[in-house]
Amino acid sequence: MRILVCVKQVPDPNTVIYQIDPQSKRLVRDGVANVLDPGAEVALEAALQLAENDGNSTVTVVTMGPEDAEDALRRALAMGADDGVLITDDGLAGSDTLSTAKALAATIKEVGFDLIFCATESTDGYSGMVPGMVAELLGIPHLSFIRSLEVANGVLTGQRVVALGYQTVECPLPLLVAIASGSHEPRYPALKGIMAAKRKKVEEYSLDDLGLAADSVGESGARERVLELRPVEERQAGVIVEDDGTGAAQIAALLRQRGII
Amino acid sequence: MLDFFAVDSLLTSEQRAIRDTVREFVDAEVIPNIRTWWDQEEAPVSLKDKIGALGLFGANLPEKYGCAGIDNVSYGLINYEFERGDSGLRSFSSVQSALVMYPIYAYGSEEQRQQYLPELAAGRLLGCFGLTESDGGSDPGAMRTRARRDGDGWLLNGSKMWITNSPVADIAIVWAKDDEGVVRGFIVPTDTPGFSAPKIESKMSLRASITGEIVLQDCRVGAEALLPEAKGLKAPLGCLTQARYGISWGALGALEAVYISARDYAATRTTFGKPIAGRQLVQDKLVRMITDHSLGLLMSHQLGTLKDAKKMTFPQVSMAKRNNVRVALNGARAAREILGGNGITTEYPVIRHMLNLETVDTYEGTHDIHTMIIGREITGIGALE
Repeated sequence: MRILVCVKQVPDPNTVIYQIDPQSKRLVRDGVANVLDPGAEVALEAALQLAENDGNSTVTVVTMGPEDAEDALRRALAMGADDGVLITDDGLAGSDTLSTAKALAATIKEVGFDLIFCATESTDGYSGMVPGMVAELLGIPHLSFIRSLEVANGVLTGQRVVALGYQTVECPLPLLVAIASGSHEPRYPALKGIMAAKRKKVEEYSLDDLGLAADSVGESGARERVLELRPVEERQAGVIVEDDGTGAAQIAALLRQRGII
Repeated sequence: MLDFFAVDSLLTSEQRAIRDTVREFVDAEVIPNIRTWWDQEEAPVSLKDKIGALGLFGANLPEKYGCAGIDNVSYGLINYEFERGDSGLRSFSSVQSALVMYPIYAYGSEEQRQQYLPELAAGRLLGCFGLTESDGGSDPGAMRTRARRDGDGWLLNGSKMWITNSPVADIAIVWAKDDEGVVRGFIVPTDTPGFSAPKIESKMSLRASITGEIVLQDCRVGAEALLPEAKGLKAPLGCLTQARYGISWGALGALEAVYISARDYAATRTTFGKPIAGRQLVQDKLVRMITDHSLGLLMSHQLGTLKDAKKMTFPQVSMAKRNNVRVALNGARAAREILGGNGITTEYPVIRHMLNLETVDTYEGTHDIHTMIIGREITGIGALE
């Protein structure tokens, strides 16, 4: 089984305070520490576990980004992926979600696949739109919010996270699954994996390689416009009820006031 | 990583990746638990399988023995991150790597290497190192433990003191004088009759590390236990050079931990209307700490570069161990002062590191012994003899 995992390099959410460039309304990515998206690590972990259980599968990680996005691929290779694909081209700068999906889908067609894994959404943009778009462009089914899965006889059976519990679904391959955040605990790259990663193959694709016209992707092809970005409003401090014997009544009054009871 | 002088830019991408892996591991598996372990005198033995699976034991030894085969700067970075968690964790790993695996690699037979190194690397076996005796750690040549020929094997008698991991170890590297008075090394399985390892209780330092004695009473081992290439005191001292190298990095990890704790505390603790971080005397302490950290990190990085080029000398190792541990200890004391009353509870990491570093300053060659090693090197006159 050929498993592809779409991953992304993002500013390290643990150390970088995200800044927005007021002109471009894009996240400032220059001069900050970038890492493999923790959400993508969860999807990769799910893929690696499936491949290990299957014993006859390969895992290829695919990313679109600047040249140094190869670092994110190397991290994924150190965790255990077999090889990597880097889609990089100056013409891709400023891509919106649809342009990103077009580039990914075109590459995935070139590379070939049985099963595609994505994170539900990235930790920087949080649009959550790319997985569905990629599936649509490839003409394959898309299962979202998958928390556990297995593949037998060319059919994937998985559990989806839904509002009130879990829904068990099945779908024949090929398909794309978006893995629910936190559903798998990503492994640490072992030292042997880190040393082996530098010897693993990373293939590069440009727009020319993919036969994509420059005006269909990137800044010029983007149809999505970010109109405004505002910081989240700070939450007001909560009310502390001191129990002088009437605590329960005070809390009940507050809940009633808000129409909760 | 605390890195005022951009040492990160001197690292390769693999070295950074290794550092980041260990850092994540320590943040996730050690920092949330270490206070409890330290308070309850619990050694991080439960982590041995995970440390083994990551390839962190004996990581700078060759791949053909099940080790990761990484360079020495990377090995130093592992020690840095471990000790940022706790000196007990770094000691646990240092002993296994530098004092058990290294002597088997450097002085053992090919058969011994094949038998033990993959098991030790995976954490399936734990080891300890028995050199120090109760009459004085700084003069190992005066050891009383004896190895007498007994048929084709050896009969070991004597005792060792302050042995990290001895109560939980599966094998011990025991150093003893043979009938000719030559120091020899032995791999002794700890279930050998005549071997016991009583735990040393009530330590106020390295509480998240288990320390014991080794008692040998007519402990008989076969010929296969002898490390064939270890003849003379040079062999155990060669192991100590490996361990001291790791400590020179490790101490800076502890210094990072106490510096960050003190800096953050000073930024939020307000007296007389402003944060104490805005007071000159507090800034002076913080600046000394980060300057010492920067100098130490540059020295350890260069030491690792020399070690990889096989140009490192033991007086250089002495200088790095002596300096980096002492500045870390001084930094921890300064941090303790900045935290005031909060500096004496284990709710903050400072007192734990400070008390740990009291040991690190003493073991693997005391501060004063290293002074005399460097003194002899620069003057040509020995003060130890």
